[in-house]
Amino acid sequence: MSRVHDMGGRFGDGMIVPETEDNPVFREKWHGRALAITLAAGALGKWNIDISRHGRECLSPVDYASMSYYEKWMAGLAGLLVDTNILSREELEKGRAIGSSNLTAKRMDADKVAGILASGGPADRPSDVPVFYNVGETVRTRKINGNRHVNGGHTRLPTYVVGAVGRIVMIHGAHILPDSSAHRLGDAAEPLYAVAFSASELWANPEHPKDEVVLDLWQSYLSGAS
Amino acid sequence: MFESIPLDRRLRAFYEEPMPHDHTDQDHPHTLLPSDPALRVKALETILIQKGLIDPAALDKIIEAYETKIGPRNGARVVANAWTDPTFKAALLSDATSVVSELGYYGRQGEHMVVVENTDEVHNIVVCTLCSCYPWPLLGIPPAWYKSDAYRARAVREPRRVLAEFGVTLPSEKAVRVWDSTAEIRYLVLPQRPKGTDGMDKGALMGLITRDSMIGTGLAIAP
Repeated sequence: MSRVHDMGGRFGDGMIVPETEDNPVFREKWHGRALAITLAAGALGKWNIDISRHGRECLSPVDYASMSYYEKWMAGLAGLLVDTNILSREELEKGRAIGSSNLTAKRMDADKVAGILASGGPADRPSDVPVFYNVGETVRTRKINGNRHVNGGHTRLPTYVVGAVGRIVMIHGAHILPDSSAHRLGDAAEPLYAVAFSASELWANPEHPKDEVVLDLWQSYLSGAS
Repeated sequence: MFESIPLDRRLRAFYEEPMPHDHTDQDHPHTLLPSDPALRVKALETILIQKGLIDPAALDKIIEAYETKIGPRNGARVVANAWTDPTFKAALLSDATSVVSELGYYGRQGEHMVVVENTDEVHNIVVCTLCSCYPWPLLGIPPAWYKSDAYRARAVREPRRVLAEFGVTLPSEKAVRVWDSTAEIRYLVLPQRPKGTDGMDKGALMGLITRDSMIGTGLAIAP
């Protein structure tokens, strides 16, 4: 059911290479460019954050695994631009614009940048979905983490936590459900919780009996377990 | 789970609204672009500028903002405030979004902030296993290791081995709590204030607060 991005708990990756804080923010010039183009294209308003995440996740496993971080961003962006008809395949192929766009009024101009970076896009929404669980209550995650509506669709329930029993540690309010929002099916906001799982509930050989992993999970990912 | 979505909306989405979908390896739009990543970025930038859809000066501004203004010194200021002002700390732990917004640290990828405190009993670490979610307004753009497969895959399963690779060894009585950022909540770790820092002012304390100590892969520097 899962896709290649869903890698929490996976074996086989090597050591982590820490780096100091005074390293350049963008190691290559094109990294900064890739980030900036992605933000500026997002301002055209043709997709939300869930759609753009899903775009990257839809890269083939081979591409996803072999591309660096900003290469994945660029590949995801190329897919979104074509899927939303902002650019045509022919334009990408030829490397130049063919015809005009009806979105030019939405262009993010330089004087708007600071305001846009500082404004953000909150994900909480009013909702009449009742809050089922209280802090301290025991819950179980769904046994299968696939998107229930779109086969192979977006979800934020990682595979490593499916079918596990945890306890509610925070109630964050009602948030947009990515499983719906990534497929333009509306916000479908519902309660979001921080849920703590004992390491021994998740791993065959937990490092320490006291350790825990906490995930933010939507109410429809959970059922009561008491 | 989607009973709440009206059928007409679902039907319209199916037929009219574009959504990301699987392309096979050969037909994904990215394969139409040059394979060299720097050229690939340049090609997209060029076409989008020609279409009038992006302003190259805006790109420069975005890069400049993340290179010079939006970075881990913002988070360090918040932590230094919390170390020196108990009222601020209590407010930060109960409603971080409002408190950091008042300091001007609100924005993209920091819309919903939660601050988790390291204590003698618990050490907190933040990861995003599904992508690379990170509190941008307080810490800036994440370092390469935070976005690496190794960190994403391992931090949840073996946080103590990961910490050891950062040179951190925790006492065995201390629990580790790993926060996997699976939603739009962004977590910042409030590191423990090192001993022997009682007389230090906020500016000096900020020098002890590293980026990694606010992700949880490091500790604040002991003077």
